[in-house]
Amino acid sequence: MATLIESPATKLSKDEVLRYSRHLIMPEVGMDGQLKLKQARVLCIGAGGLGSPLALYLAAAGVGKLGIVDFDTVDFTNLQRQIIHDTNDVGRPKLTSARETIADINPNVEVVGFETRLTSENALDIFKDFDIVADGTDNFPTRYLVNDACVLLGKPNVYGSIFRFEGQASVFYAKEGPCYRCLYPEPPPPGLVPSCAEGGVLGVLPGIVGCIQAIETIKLILGRGHSLIGRLLLFDALNMKFRELKLRKNPECPVCGTHPTLTKLIDYEQFCGIRGEEHVPPTKVPEITAPEVKKMMDEKKPFVLVDVREPHEFQICRIPGSVLIPLGDVPKRMNELNSADEIVVHCRSGMRSAQAVEFLMKSGFRKIHNLKGGVLAWADQVDPSMPKY
Amino acid sequence: MPVKVIIPTPLRQYTASKDSVQLEAKTVAEALAGLTAQYADLRRHLYNDQGKLRSFVNIYLNDEDIRYLQKEQTPLVSDDIISIVPSIAGGLPRENMGACCQ
Repeated sequence: MATLIESPATKLSKDEVLRYSRHLIMPEVGMDGQLKLKQARVLCIGAGGLGSPLALYLAAAGVGKLGIVDFDTVDFTNLQRQIIHDTNDVGRPKLTSARETIADINPNVEVVGFETRLTSENALDIFKDFDIVADGTDNFPTRYLVNDACVLLGKPNVYGSIFRFEGQASVFYAKEGPCYRCLYPEPPPPGLVPSCAEGGVLGVLPGIVGCIQAIETIKLILGRGHSLIGRLLLFDALNMKFRELKLRKNPECPVCGTHPTLTKLIDYEQFCGIRGEEHVPPTKVPEITAPEVKKMMDEKKPFVLVDVREPHEFQICRIPGSVLIPLGDVPKRMNELNSADEIVVHCRSGMRSAQAVEFLMKSGFRKIHNLKGGVLAWADQVDPSMPKY
Repeated sequence: MPVKVIIPTPLRQYTASKDSVQLEAKTVAEALAGLTAQYADLRRHLYNDQGKLRSFVNIYLNDEDIRYLQKEQTPLVSDDIISIVPSIAGGLPRENMGACCQ
């Protein structure tokens, strides 16, 4: 593998020698490797589930300059896995919180923060001052953007991805192997993928995958070992199995192939169909607000309240009197509903229920409304004691 | 040939939560046809309307991508393992964002 980081002429301070002594006494790292780490500049995309362990370990290991791109603020639902933030950070920018945690762990690390959404306009400019990019993003537009920007700039992209109990990791480095587009030329169209209700992730999983990314990043810096270039590592936590698949460079890859057609960054939201027709949120369906539904209840107006969330969500909280028909079961269970009744449909935030209302309207239901904002709106506007998730 | 198809987490909701399915097949195409015959809902997640494998779903025979073998016509031998490897977006999908593509 080509050397990414040249051994610099600088030296470690006495304090640094002590701090990194367990690295320095390993022949695979040694003084030369530790100086390479100090010289290295790594950019973490996101300070979330993957970015937390990644940034923490890279900082502890003595990576000299850590860039972090994140524009989000910490919320309570992050704390189950985003261990760079703590309870006191809720409401604060993730960048501020991450910067403080890193400074506590290793004040020798220079943190460069980019409190912005990564876009086609700013990506090349942000990436250019870093040696390695570590992708901890949670969405397809950013994933393709990071890939393409890394290919165009000739930088390695240390990739990790997670879903519930399952993770993937690899190193995409077009100079020496395949890129993400060689693996997946196109993203899935929104909507054709398991529903959001099937989401969720075990908190420890990004810990494991983020640590794999950290190790691969450090190996690239040291120029040691066999990197994940050309290999996709699959991790199944439920069965505790690691598997490995071969990745090949696709000669017809539009960005890193022999005749690339993609020579500059594009509109990734459009590429991923997010602004495309397929993802225009379900057509406008009749809506009703949470206080209006509450009023109907108080006035004892007859209506049927249908909850289209999943059973495990129903266990978290529910609006009194609601009937559970998970979105996927609506087609086969709609005979349980009477189109002569007034019907209000709801989910967590109002997206899935809009799909259900659209489907039921096509099936002939007319007296039907979508509860705007779902149980989240109910918790905000009607019953503050209801837990939100 | 008895072969095993490994089902990734996001698609297990269409296979009655099974993480792998054993079946008899002589080619990758036969194995996938057998699988989607058993689990009809899986079909639209693997194939597009033209009946072609979707570009965000990769099929591996053991550790090799079938695109670099004989694609769906790749012959199988006993105890081969076929993996379905869809792209996953990581993080936590959010209902109110387009990022909900997993």
